[in-house]
Amino acid sequence: MADVEAPLEPQSRHVVYCGVCSLPPEYCEFGGTVKKCQDWLQKNHSNMYERLWSEDALAAATSTLSLDAQKRAEKDAHKKALKAEAAEAKQAATIKSSKVIIKRVERNKRKFVTTVTGLENFGLENKKVAKDLGKKFATGASVTKVASGGEEIVVQGDVSEEIEEFFLEKFPVIPEDNIELVEDKKKKGSGAGG
Amino acid sequence: MFKKDISPGSKSKVKSSVQRAIRTQLVQTYPLLAPHIDEIIPKKEQLDAMKIPERVTLYLIGPTPLFYQHMTDALLPHLKLVHRFPTCFPSIRIDRGAIRFVLSGATLMAPGLTSTGGRLPSGNSEEKGGYGELGGKGEEGKLYWKGDEDDDEREDGKEGWYGGRELEKGEPVVVCAEGKREACAVGLLSMGTKECKEKGKGPVVEEGHYLGDGLWRLVTE
Ligand SMILES: [Zn+2]
Repeated sequence: MADVEAPLEPQSRHVVYCGVCSLPPEYCEFGGTVKKCQDWLQKNHSNMYERLWSEDALAAATSTLSLDAQKRAEKDAHKKALKAEAAEAKQAATIKSSKVIIKRVERNKRKFVTTVTGLENFGLENKKVAKDLGKKFATGASVTKVASGGEEIVVQGDVSEEIEEFFLEKFPVIPEDNIELVEDKKKKGSGAGG
Repeated sequence: MFKKDISPGSKSKVKSSVQRAIRTQLVQTYPLLAPHIDEIIPKKEQLDAMKIPERVTLYLIGPTPLFYQHMTDALLPHLKLVHRFPTCFPSIRIDRGAIRFVLSGATLMAPGLTSTGGRLPSGNSEEKGGYGELGGKGEEGKLYWKGDEDDDEREDGKEGWYGGRELEKGEPVVVCAEGKREACAVGLLSMGTKECKEKGKGPVVEEGHYLGDGLWRLVTE
């Protein structure tokens, strides 16, 4: 039985999703980031912006709701917007006060590993970053739990400076001043502990 | 069902025999998908499965989510697939006032469907074909389907068509919304559409998948 391959014309629609809240733009009004969503839409899809946010469109959209329901919806939207703003402010504060620590750790004589901590405060995922680092430096990179409760990325080799450069380039969300390079030298000859 | 954020699980390849079975099952559940099944799940492409919480399996091709399934329940389309093929699934429509409740994960209640802005199937089982906010019936009952992203005029100003047979309790359904082109939720009916019209109260779709929920935001790349 021969499979005849008829050339298939794709029937799939292509739908635009909001670059800010990820929903179809006609639903942005229900999220807490309406202002930002509008700006994005105006910049990227001005036709659609006109269709959704022109005065006519807005009037048509709300006319079907009772006055009471309109008020409740407005109140709800306002609350959501406030919440989103608060969350954003909090995130900004976290970023300001957080540090990514890149530490050079001597494991054996002239054998080093580099550890990275603090990325989660910048909304980055340790597991993903570890994978990136492993690829970038063609070396082992893993995520381990630390005693204090958090996680750290352990990269084989002394690559602290390269990691800093890589972060600055790839993650603009981390300000340069918030990256700290430190060194953890083992004391020589100390028997216990280590 | 997906109110919380979901962290991506690992993907596994679906055996080709299972992939065939899924294609068959999809066409059975959604006969209107038949003409598009080769585009949705091309024979030569690898279908992947990702286990996510609540005993749900998500099926994808590459990074594109297609269907999800709770245990052995019916396969339900991911909303992004519904947006790609909007008229291939049975659908109902909620009124404007109900949208924000559905988008916050609330159970869809009957009054949101029986009000003036809501739509339920007409109950005429003679009618076949596309349902939904983007579909409609043109001249001589011909089905049309508009959907260009920047196309601002709906054909002839017609709104979606919600004809066809009544849907039974337990059937999958797509939820459209008054004044919106794209669907906002998907789920299983916990009440048949006929009963919904008669009673006019009670839960109609519980534990669905809606715009902005954990499944919607799940990173699948
Ligand atoms: Zn948006």
